[in-house]
Amino acid sequence: MLPEFDLLMPHTLPEALDLLAQGGPDVVPLAGGTALLVDMRGGHLRPRTLMDVSHLPASSEPFGKVECRQEDGHVAVGGGVTIAALVDSPLVARYGPVLGQAARRFANPLVRNRATLGGNLAYASPAADMAPPLLVLGAEVELASAAGSRRVPLEDFMLGVHQTARRPDELLTAVRWLIPPPQAVGAYRKLALRQATAISVVSVAVMVEFDAEAMTHLPESSEPFGKVECRQARIALGAVAPRPIRAHAAEEVLRGRPLTPEAIAEAARLAVEATCCIDDLRGSATYRRRVTEVLVRRALSDVATFPKARKLSGREEEG
Amino acid sequence: MQPKIVTLYVNGHTHQVALAPNVTLLQALRDLGYTDVKNGCEKGDCGACAVLLNGQPVNSCLVLAWQAERAEIVTDAGLGTIDHPHPLQEAFADAGAVQCGYCTPGFIIAAKALLDRVPHPTEEQIREALSGNLCRCTGYGQIVEAVQMAAEKMRGDKETRRQGDKETRRQGDKETRRQGAGRTRFGRIDGSGGGRPEGGGR
Repeated sequence: MLPEFDLLMPHTLPEALDLLAQGGPDVVPLAGGTALLVDMRGGHLRPRTLMDVSHLPASSEPFGKVECRQEDGHVAVGGGVTIAALVDSPLVARYGPVLGQAARRFANPLVRNRATLGGNLAYASPAADMAPPLLVLGAEVELASAAGSRRVPLEDFMLGVHQTARRPDELLTAVRWLIPPPQAVGAYRKLALRQATAISVVSVAVMVEFDAEAMTHLPESSEPFGKVECRQARIALGAVAPRPIRAHAAEEVLRGRPLTPEAIAEAARLAVEATCCIDDLRGSATYRRRVTEVLVRRALSDVATFPKARKLSGREEEG
Repeated sequence: MQPKIVTLYVNGHTHQVALAPNVTLLQALRDLGYTDVKNGCEKGDCGACAVLLNGQPVNSCLVLAWQAERAEIVTDAGLGTIDHPHPLQEAFADAGAVQCGYCTPGFIIAAKALLDRVPHPTEEQIREALSGNLCRCTGYGQIVEAVQMAAEKMRGDKETRRQGDKETRRQGDKETRRQGAGRTRFGRIDGSGGGRPEGGGR
């Protein structure tokens, strides 16, 4: 049984923003409800007023859509877009396949039909599965209020357990990232206690931008493994700190080096130092540190062994 | 926390009911008599409460009834009747995919959504599509088999229809829905299917 609350049902985005402006901290946006309602039922949360945003029209710009704005080189995904829609989106498959990989491992198909991208990020669980891939894509979130909107890098948005930079009068309306260059390759790895319906014990996303010149000269059938230098690497970790984090020291150690087994092992060790793990019912802190190292190593190996031909032909998804 | 009159479209029927905002779609459906929608975990873990909401399978325990206003809702009982079962319902009985039966309506809803999208799924696609549903009796093997059988059957039906068979199955007749919601709805008394013992004989 759910506790009692009032429920606001705005029909347009401006109406929703007005209600947030009037209601202040008492009004909590409700999207898919797959986390919020569960925690309310468990007695962890007791908001006085919920505001349903799940049925704002899909045409609400930018809230309900996945868009690619070629003119400024960005992909924009609406905060109200479901995880299932991310799985199916050709734009995500093309311009952010690492996000698509994570979306396919998210909870289960029934939950994915309700849970939204905005809800996953704004609820700010340390294990929010959409965060690591978006961190390596360098995403920023768009926060709208009746007074206007602003953009915040995702890294500065999630601040701690269920804490974000969102003001109570703001709604997370969209997530944007720059279309990655063609020589960038991403990978996602998640360990959970089972394959589906499972909160991450550790999740890892990596994105490596290889040297463009060297990639051009790499034979089509070849892999960048140990041959092509990294121009830039991004590594993000979930469920190993109060918020999803980047492992900056590990990223730095890869800069300008090819992905050799030694470089990968060194980055994996450094990534562990960025964590601040706790014991919980899904695993001990010690176990999480061990798993972090293994998953970072595997994700970087995925990237290093990714055949160039598959990347360039846009069939990266099948990996 | 004022109740309001909510219009729900369920299995082709229209209901207008006064509901408080904290009533879930699951509670509302069961109170309306759609007891084929089961209350399992109320956390989105088990899938026993799955319904089709505008064609998408969702956990009705995580949808507030107000959020489902004017959406098209289909429950397992809306797919077929005891006299005219849906091929999935028939296949679940034939394959021995039903033991205690509690998870069955949710599985059938998830499987229906899969077959709507992918008429000829691989085993992997079936297991993935059903990964939000828990069964503690059968061990999933027979359930996967049932979905494969239904897919096969539906492919056959489609071909038959193309040859001019005009038989249509009207869904959602209230009288038969109520009969269909009873606990014998998957029982087969002619023993014609599957060759497995009925009623959990294993």
